[in-house]
Amino acid sequence: MSGSLELDDQAASAKSPPSSISMGSVRSAFDIARTQNRSLLVGYLPAGFPSIEASARAAEAMVAAGVDVVEIGLPYSDPVMDGPVIQEAVDHALRDGVRTRDVLALAGRVAATGAPTLVMTYWNPVERYSPAQFARDLAAAGGAGAITPDLIPEEAGEWVAAAQHEGLDTVFLVAPSSPDVRIRAVAAATTGFVYAASTMGVTGARTQVGTAAQGLVERVRTLTEVPIAVGLGVSTPEQAAEVAQWADGVIVGSAFVRLLLDAPSQDAGVAAVGELAAALAQAVRGARR
Amino acid sequence: MTTTPSDAVDGATLAAPTSSGTTAMPDALGHFGPYGGRFVPEALIAALDELDEAYRAAMVDPEFQSELQRLLTTYTGRPSPLTDARRLSPHAGGAQILLKREDLNHTGSHKINNVLGQALLTRRMGKTRVIAETGAGQHGVATATAAALLGLDCVVYMGQEDTQRQALNVARMRLLGAEVVPVTAGSRTLKDAINEAMRDWVTNVADTHYLLGTVAGPHPFPSMVRDFHRCIGLEARQQVLALTGRLPDAVAACVGGGSNAIGIFHAFLDDAGVALHGFEAGGDGVATGRHAATITGGAPGVLHGTRSYLLQDEDGQTIESHSISAGLDYPGGGPEHAWLNDLGRAQYRPITDAEAMEAFQLLSRTEGIIPAIESAHAIAGALVVGRELGPDGVVLVNLSGRGDKDVDTAARWFGLFSESDA
Repeated sequence: MSGSLELDDQAASAKSPPSSISMGSVRSAFDIARTQNRSLLVGYLPAGFPSIEASARAAEAMVAAGVDVVEIGLPYSDPVMDGPVIQEAVDHALRDGVRTRDVLALAGRVAATGAPTLVMTYWNPVERYSPAQFARDLAAAGGAGAITPDLIPEEAGEWVAAAQHEGLDTVFLVAPSSPDVRIRAVAAATTGFVYAASTMGVTGARTQVGTAAQGLVERVRTLTEVPIAVGLGVSTPEQAAEVAQWADGVIVGSAFVRLLLDAPSQDAGVAAVGELAAALAQAVRGARR
Repeated sequence: MTTTPSDAVDGATLAAPTSSGTTAMPDALGHFGPYGGRFVPEALIAALDELDEAYRAAMVDPEFQSELQRLLTTYTGRPSPLTDARRLSPHAGGAQILLKREDLNHTGSHKINNVLGQALLTRRMGKTRVIAETGAGQHGVATATAAALLGLDCVVYMGQEDTQRQALNVARMRLLGAEVVPVTAGSRTLKDAINEAMRDWVTNVADTHYLLGTVAGPHPFPSMVRDFHRCIGLEARQQVLALTGRLPDAVAACVGGGSNAIGIFHAFLDDAGVALHGFEAGGDGVATGRHAATITGGAPGVLHGTRSYLLQDEDGQTIESHSISAGLDYPGGGPEHAWLNDLGRAQYRPITDAEAMEAFQLLSRTEGIIPAIESAHAIAGALVVGRELGPDGVVLVNLSGRGDKDVDTAARWFGLFSESDA
């Protein structure tokens, strides 16, 4: 495969994060969970749905209910990695005029809860904002880093440098289709955790988590020390408990968004998100007992 | 030895470019200068690597090349002829206007060149299903055609708005056995059809090839699709030389994603005396904001897996494009065009809906050729270039498609339906 040598170089520089991991970092959250012999729960919400205020309250409710790490989605006009539930929510947010700076401010507000908060963003909004500026502003707001689902390590040089400069985590994805050489490259560019896509597909609830997921996690584990969290299709406490037995983290997104979409009011939506988060947190924490 | 037009389509046509300079682009990761590359979910990288490998192996496989050549000759009808548009010439300042007749290809446009190549690659990779996006329906029809020919399952994603304005092509695809899926997300046009096709591909990549229809998207699509269309320029270059004894002064083509333009430009990239002109869809006029002229009125950014010029707002959100031509109604474009623009090797200018429709009618009435509205943008541009060159000038125009699909749109534009017809 072309390009892998370059990645190894990048790997060397990316592999030495600051040795003193600050409290509130993604890595320290994983380290703490590991000492407790449990998996960690990551919750996703798109910024500005159903409103900026309601998405902030929903994220705060998640953390209060036991979500360990929060992902705030930056609404984007062409979310090719997302299924219909998240697309409907982000379209709504964009129609309401949600801006990149609003997302950064929201990430800061959620980070103030003490839970490490990542921004999940497609690449073009960051490129347009300027990667260095985005990293500066995200760090200044208190954000922990970013997950970039359409950015592969070969294209990520500028972002990795900007994020490192600000002490931000860079989270990249692996998929069941990724050969070992690519998993190594992704892990090398990654700090925080490797995002393992449980299945070949887009975000959204599924009746079962792909059987490929456990095999992928086991394969990634032989190739890197970086924690591994599993996302795509995890929506119920039962699924979360299953994944939590063998993954370092469990990522839930669309299921929360679905609750906000279906709720009769914003308050009811926030309450429902908190209830699901509590049930998921209990399932994840109890999974290895 | 005398050169006949058919010499231009022998094996050399299909080989990847090997000369130095701009034709050697892109690099191994698909970059044309700062443009191109791969901005897609990791899940697709293995499939893109597989495609790149299969493509490069096929390009040097005599069996693959002879099979593609056989189809281009006996099925598509290549080489397409060159028509000297003598009654159009006075409207172009007396310059000689030479039309490369891609409209005469099977399925009615240049799109079939690339589709046959990728459909053969699909079979070579052992995949049984193709998916495609389409705007005007030309690429969808071509894909459905190749799928029927090679026995592949075919699903075409088309923005709901486009299914309405191109109803004839929807019926045509269904007749050919393809499933047409109207896309209701976002702006309901080509960009949303591409989003949906990418979602399908990431989900079904094991047995499915995404038969992308233009020189955009993640590497290797921009260079692979270009190479399948290089036959246009290679043939035309020989044909112009045979007819006039010289190279043209200028080459004109319309640019949406840019496949027909890159196909005819490429053979002339190293001919410094040949000016290359791409004509973008100016819609209501670039100043109005309602257009699809990404190079003239956009800025560099990332959309649908590649970095190029695109229409975007301050926050990098894609802005909807507008054009009377569904095939040019796309807010992004090919990375190689972005690079040729920045290098100054090609010039890109907008043509408004009104200018295109005037050229549409003019070509119909002077030459008896009803062009696709997309191609009418190239005709309108060629008239401008011809006037700039004067009577000694020679302008080669890529007449990329025929206008059968656009008769309804044109009839409405020109008010040809009377009350009693309705």
